[in-house]
Amino acid sequence: MSSDPAEIQKSVRTYMTVFAMLMVFTVITVAASRFHLAIPVGIAVALIIAAMKGSMVAAVFMHLSHEKRWVYGTLLLTGAFFLVLLLLPLFTSLDSLAIGSPWTAVKSGE
Amino acid sequence: MNIPYTVEARPDTGLPNGKLGIWLFLASEVMLFGALFSTYILLRVGAVEWPHGELSVVLGTINTIILIGSSVTMVMAWASLKMHNWGRHRLYLALTFLLALVFLVNKYFEYSEHLAKGEGPWHSTFLAIYFTLTGLHGLHIVGGMIVMGYFLGPGAKMWKTEPDRFANRIEYTGLYWHFVDLVWIFLFPVLYLL
Repeated sequence: MSSDPAEIQKSVRTYMTVFAMLMVFTVITVAASRFHLAIPVGIAVALIIAAMKGSMVAAVFMHLSHEKRWVYGTLLLTGAFFLVLLLLPLFTSLDSLAIGSPWTAVKSGE
Repeated sequence: MNIPYTVEARPDTGLPNGKLGIWLFLASEVMLFGALFSTYILLRVGAVEWPHGELSVVLGTINTIILIGSSVTMVMAWASLKMHNWGRHRLYLALTFLLALVFLVNKYFEYSEHLAKGEGPWHSTFLAIYFTLTGLHGLHIVGGMIVMGYFLGPGAKMWKTEPDRFANRIEYTGLYWHFVDLVWIFLFPVLYLL
């Protein structure tokens, strides 16, 4: 992050723009939930908006739009493990989805 | 003892040690909240019914606005330091602290309302995961307030002796605070709206 006061002054304008956008997205999230959309659509809309808001916070307030590669490397590794964590519930549902699970495959092979 | 690389970047990482340190800490935090989000998905997918409208969307929205506002005041506290405006820095940091306090007061009202009706974490699966997620998040708010309180109080004197190091400390506090905001950005729709 630059330490030049003039550059910081420019960044302040960006912070205010992002603040306004975050407020607008918050209103949109609440408004969208009032439309009683089908559950999968509602979940998708809410999570897409949350992801957009989160990206703005991370990119601008946390300065991730211009960080060093060690930070990106750390986050890439974290992201991969985070994805595994989120996919774990899916693995437990494979039975009910009739796809079969690695555990049943082992059992049938016995 | 002189701690190396508190202000200047380490040649191999290109970062001061504190910055890489706070990012590693935040990585562990992602895994902590990630595990709980995963638990939420598992419980929700497995549930025959999932309650809707149990939480106050109005209070949740107000708290979202408060936390986003506090993220802006936090980044402004850091920017003010970089612009050598000590008075503004103090004002913005104090505002961030106050907004965090208001967030907790709102949460207290929310919790009290549920507990008064006997709806504690034991009442349902939804309330169990709600109290766990928001309780852990609330503890992070308290942690942030302790750090901010330190920099508003005894920790502030470093600005006179080592201004760059102090600015870095405020930056790292900000990174933590924005992460706490980021978690809430996902908690709000997941718990209050879906």
